[in-house]
Amino acid sequence: MTLVVQVENKPGVLNRVASLFRRRGFNIESLTVGHTEKPGVSRMTIVVDTDEAGALRIEANLYKLVHVQRVENVTSTPSVFRDLAMIKVAATPETRAEIMQLTHVFRARIVDVNSESLVIETTGAEDKIDGLVEILRGYGILEMARTGRVAMTRGPRPEASANASGQDDSLEDESVSYSV
Amino acid sequence: MKKTGGEIIWECLKQEGVKHIFGYPGGAILPAYDALCKYPEIHHVLVRHEQGAAHMADGYARAGGGVGVAIATSGPGATNLVTGIATAMMDSSPMVCITGQVGSKLIGYDAFQETDITGITLPITKHNYLVTRAEDLAPAMREAFWLAKSGRPGPVLIDVTKDAQQASCEFDWDAAEPRHRNCCLAASSAAPQYGEALELINHAKRPVILAGHGILLSGAMREVCAFAERTQAPVAMTLLGIGSFPASHPLNLGMMGMHGEAWVNTAIQEADLLLAFGMRFDDRVTGNLKTYAPMAKKIHIEIDQAEVNKNVKIDVALIGDLRQVLGELLPRVDAGNREPWLSRIHELKGDSAVRDIQNLPDDGHLYAAHVVNDLWRETSGEAVVVTDVGQHQMWEAQYYKHDQPRTLITSGGLGTMGFALPAAIGAKFARPDAEVWVVAGDGGFQMTMAELATIAQERLDIKVAIINNGYLGMVRQWQEFFYERRYKATPLYSPDFVKLAGAFDLPGAAVRRRADVVPTIREAREHRGTYVINFCVEQEDSVFPMVPAGADLHAMIRRPSPLVETAQDL
Repeated sequence: MTLVVQVENKPGVLNRVASLFRRRGFNIESLTVGHTEKPGVSRMTIVVDTDEAGALRIEANLYKLVHVQRVENVTSTPSVFRDLAMIKVAATPETRAEIMQLTHVFRARIVDVNSESLVIETTGAEDKIDGLVEILRGYGILEMARTGRVAMTRGPRPEASANASGQDDSLEDESVSYSV
Repeated sequence: MKKTGGEIIWECLKQEGVKHIFGYPGGAILPAYDALCKYPEIHHVLVRHEQGAAHMADGYARAGGGVGVAIATSGPGATNLVTGIATAMMDSSPMVCITGQVGSKLIGYDAFQETDITGITLPITKHNYLVTRAEDLAPAMREAFWLAKSGRPGPVLIDVTKDAQQASCEFDWDAAEPRHRNCCLAASSAAPQYGEALELINHAKRPVILAGHGILLSGAMREVCAFAERTQAPVAMTLLGIGSFPASHPLNLGMMGMHGEAWVNTAIQEADLLLAFGMRFDDRVTGNLKTYAPMAKKIHIEIDQAEVNKNVKIDVALIGDLRQVLGELLPRVDAGNREPWLSRIHELKGDSAVRDIQNLPDDGHLYAAHVVNDLWRETSGEAVVVTDVGQHQMWEAQYYKHDQPRTLITSGGLGTMGFALPAAIGAKFARPDAEVWVVAGDGGFQMTMAELATIAQERLDIKVAIINNGYLGMVRQWQEFFYERRYKATPLYSPDFVKLAGAFDLPGAAVRRRADVVPTIREAREHRGTYVINFCVEQEDSVFPMVPAGADLHAMIRRPSPLVETAQDL
């Protein structure tokens, strides 16, 4: 399940969200946080290993956190999912050309070249990156960093998935938070 | 008007109408205590351990319906509050805890008595604050009070650094108003769920209302009563729901769950509709979820969305304040006649009545259930009873019949031993005119008995009934049933509780025979002031019926038939 959570950017908010998942027994597969178009509001994309019922439980519990403004389960909403990876791969003069060619095929970029290694940067859906990683493994991956999934729904304006209140809430409306 | 941070704390409490606070001073909270000298209208109760302060604030809130306030210093002062905060969280009790913290420049350097109390209490508070500037204090305090009592109530903690207490700033109460959050949005009466709920209610043949703590928190006693009478649906109560529906009402079934009477649990298992009013299907209430109320549709009226479908699959959920939701439903439900269902329950009751301990002949033993029942009779069921956790708690729930809301104060969700004595102190401050009784076991009482000193210092009038069976009774019962009577670590030495009371200049008496129960209770009631009674009861008595943990709700270990029991005694 992929949840997009908008939170007030307050100290400790990441801890509060992460702690909620831990104490309710949910395992976070990836979590990314960053700024949004609104000052003071951060956006988290959280991938969690659970089912539909579990996602509903998480959603309801997230709304009980004072700093959480909006939760969206985008798993089955048409969305763009992206992951960014930097992969440092061993490259000798003999293998370098081959690796560069593969990089090209995957539409990845080479961002650092050295006599013994290359750093490849790639953005895409996770399975595409997994594919590239598999191919590169044969050459020897020295280091890898992945951001984890970020998600955005397609279309002009996102719909909140959890609107138990039955009220019309817009992105600017902070009243979604039940904080019960 | 310029105020120091310390003064702002008290100004805010004054504005919130707080008259009593429970606390213990220390280095990091000293500036606030110093400022308290200027606020004689706020009565500070010095506790003997900060856990007591938290339980007192909790008991104060439960008995009086307001927000309880506890205050402690940093480090050990703050960590000692933790059990009390967790207790309040589990039982949705509105409470604000204020803790001192080391100077903001020292945070993170392992300063003397520094502890990350906001980190520690993160999962056991509704919200918490670390305030490092005096300017942030008033907004935090106001929001904390608002949060504690809004929606589903709970504890909120404010950690205030020493420098924030010392610094001065402009104090503006009005400007500190929390920005509005809609805490609980009841589904509008036009929502389709209402129609679905009404359909189920009006067609049900065997409905049961499950009355929870939410009724008391919402103040929906009258609505629940009207609903039950109109639909002729019998009412089963959770432990914390006791008092939400009069015990003497003909539709009252009594407590459900692990130690609920057989007819209550059987009725739930046979029901075709469960109406859950402000309760959360705790495992102590449901038993095995796979076999729980298999024929029943479930309607859940609940303020906390996260409770819906958590343990039990719900057919119709109405999210919102119970009183409001019932107000919408009431005019639209059909008046019901459920005579066959009620007579079926009556039939079930008959079978249990012969096993009722009240029908036991006096065999010379002193049974705790008798003590509790005698206490109920003597106090006309009008006392505020504060219990601890264990066997006596269950006997209280079974044999003290509460007709009034907020007259049973007990730690349900967390099951905190040591709760009774301090919580009773809080309850007494909230309701000084009420007769307050502590009913505690010998184990739990010893956990917080130091608060007798607080009672003595404050010259309070609290009656204490210690149900002393020489064991950690409930644990012993489990050892008897499930661990082949291997009583490891449950036999319990106790001091002479009467002498102990004497050390605090409090009178007391020990009771060993049934005949002495009532006279001693009368003596205690006639005494103006605290009185401690040590009831030395049957040692290996067990609470019946019992649904073993995780077993089917209808698979109870029944109370032995009196015939069998008397035969053994002879």
